[in-house]
Amino acid sequence: MLLVVLEHDRGELAEAAREALTFGRVLAEKLDEELEAALIGSDEEELVDEAGRYGAEVVHTCVHDVLGDYGPDAYGATLAQMVTELEPSAVLACGSDRGNEVMAQAAARLNAPFVANCIDVTPGVSWTMTRVQWGGSLLEDSSLDADVALLTCGLHAVAAEPGGSGVAGDEPFEADLDDSHRVTIVKDRTVQEAGVTLPTAPVVCGGGRGIGSQEGFAQLEELAELLGGRVGCSRAVTNLGWRPHSDQVGQTGTRIAPEVYIASGISGAIQHWVGAMASKHILAINTDREANMVVKADWAVIADLHEVIPAITAEIRRRRG
Amino acid sequence: MRILCCVKRVPAPGAKINVTADGSDVDAAHLGFTTSPHEECGVEGAVQLCEEHGGEVTVLTIGEPRAAEQLRYAASVGADHGVLVCTDEVGWDPQRTAAVIGEAIEVLEEENGGPFDLIVFGNESADSGGFQVGIRVAHGLGRPIVNGIKGIEVSGDGSGAGTVTARRAIDGGFEVYELPRPCAIGVKEGLNLPRYPTMKGRLRSKKLEIRSLDLDAAPGGQRRIRLHRPAEQVSETVILGEGPEAAAEVVDVLEELGVL
Ligand SMILES: Cc1cc2nc3c(=O)[nH]c(=O)nc-3n(C[C@H](O)[C@H](O)[C@H](O)COP(=O)(O)OP(=O)(O)OC[C@H]3O[C@@H](n4cnc5c(N)ncnc54)[C@H](O)[C@@H]3O)c2cc1C
Ligand SMILES: Nc1ncnc2c1ncn2[C@@H]1O[C@H](COP(=O)(O)O)[C@@H](O)[C@H]1O
Repeated sequence: MLLVVLEHDRGELAEAAREALTFGRVLAEKLDEELEAALIGSDEEELVDEAGRYGAEVVHTCVHDVLGDYGPDAYGATLAQMVTELEPSAVLACGSDRGNEVMAQAAARLNAPFVANCIDVTPGVSWTMTRVQWGGSLLEDSSLDADVALLTCGLHAVAAEPGGSGVAGDEPFEADLDDSHRVTIVKDRTVQEAGVTLPTAPVVCGGGRGIGSQEGFAQLEELAELLGGRVGCSRAVTNLGWRPHSDQVGQTGTRIAPEVYIASGISGAIQHWVGAMASKHILAINTDREANMVVKADWAVIADLHEVIPAITAEIRRRRG
Repeated sequence: MRILCCVKRVPAPGAKINVTADGSDVDAAHLGFTTSPHEECGVEGAVQLCEEHGGEVTVLTIGEPRAAEQLRYAASVGADHGVLVCTDEVGWDPQRTAAVIGEAIEVLEEENGGPFDLIVFGNESADSGGFQVGIRVAHGLGRPIVNGIKGIEVSGDGSGAGTVTARRAIDGGFEVYELPRPCAIGVKEGLNLPRYPTMKGRLRSKKLEIRSLDLDAAPGGQRRIRLHRPAEQVSETVILGEGPEAAAEVVDVLEELGVL
């Protein structure tokens, strides 16, 4: 049996869970085994049904006082207990923050290897998998020797799609937990941002070191506002203190996927690129024709951004009258 | 308060990451090296806590002998002690790495006569990105850990019993955890803005005595076969112009894309 961990939050199944089920269906087929799922901290019918629509045949639900809100210890311990009792041949979660954390917590308890962010998995006597490294800049083929294969699939490695038999039964699971598992539980939550966020913005106006100063970002702000988008930046810019880290695009920042990314004064280092590559279209403004960002863009303007950006803003205003 | 930071030496590539002909590792022949960015913020966070509350920061790395450079860099921005566990082989798997870090911590804590109040890891290493070493180490030591941390506060002066309040970024906000000490956290870049070394810091780093520990553990169940580059998206870049007069064409494109 392949056990897929269902990420959920405040009564809703996360997109990550749908991705994991979609990835899991292919793996279950390769294994020629059943696809089952683990729903930790909830037994809501809606979530079970939704898991069914994405191919889970059985959903093991576990509710407990200690599982009232997310906590890496409690969730990890529950998953480890499920693995020991249900004896799946593999366990799969999506490589989101929580997915990787819960799987690592379970792996530590089971003293078993865990392979994070796989994009392709081949079961066998010794399993082989391709996983992402360097935030997606490199791929690693690895082999895995273990009694149970603990894996996550890379975030957005597949697009979630319903499939399978369509109906799941639910099976309550009794976890052995006590107050010691409360040690890491969410105590408080604040949601600060409303409206368009960097990961969801339809247009991102990115600025790099080439912007030249903190003040220089005013022209990008203006352009972003005109286009209903958000300002992004490179790590060089965050390190210089020109923009907050929450604006940073890249391996150690945010991954964006706008309709168009307008990248000005950004060279396109690989760690920046992995955060921007999901953009549907890229327009680069750079003085260097050979800059990686320019080479990878759909369109480019080879000129001083300080002249080009105000001209674009003026042109938009002119056309809008 | 006593804080331990675990850092990893990684290459600092530019537009592309090249792989050696046999695929065993990143081809670092012409590259500089750096500390993983999350961990750099971890060191800065630890130094800030000790500046505020008093205490000492120890930096630990497992790596080739040249990884001493990353310990010296940490000292140049305020760390007090450096510990190096030398390996010749590249790419230890996460279980082996975690086992050795755990052993090293036991040795250091035995000598110190007590646990580190806080152990700081990166959320994930920049190169191999296993998302697990910190969690394995903490579990082995029986200490709580939360990953993804972008804000830390300590109760009291940070040492002995008390708590560490850790803020974790979630989509559009934060969630808050309160961990009893001693504990561990996995931090992300954005926790702070790491300082640059000062002249005085550089001098101090030269004098840093690096403690070396000779430790090893059995390999875990995951083994690298080879590294390779993902297939490149090739696109023919259309040059819209070489000056501000290209603005009209740019706006045409934006109009076509329907974002205007
Ligand atoms: C482990 C690791 C993780 C990293 N994570 C990230 C990350 O998440 N995000 C990230 O961005 N970086 C990251 N980096 C850093 C990355 O390697 C680069 O250093 C960084 O992206 C460079 O930023 P930049 O393009 O703004 O600066 P530069 O590389 O200095 O490029 C500036 C560009 O501006 C152009 N320019 C200059 N003046 C003008 C002008 N007047 N008009 C037009 N163009 C001009 C130049 O031609 C050049 O192309 C990471 C590095 C490491 C080692
Ligand atoms: N070789 C190493 N030396 C010291 N710390 C390490 C090493 N490898 C990993 N770590 C720590 O463990 C964290 C998670 O690593 P990983 O599981 O590889 O993503 C890193 O951010 C470091 O803090």
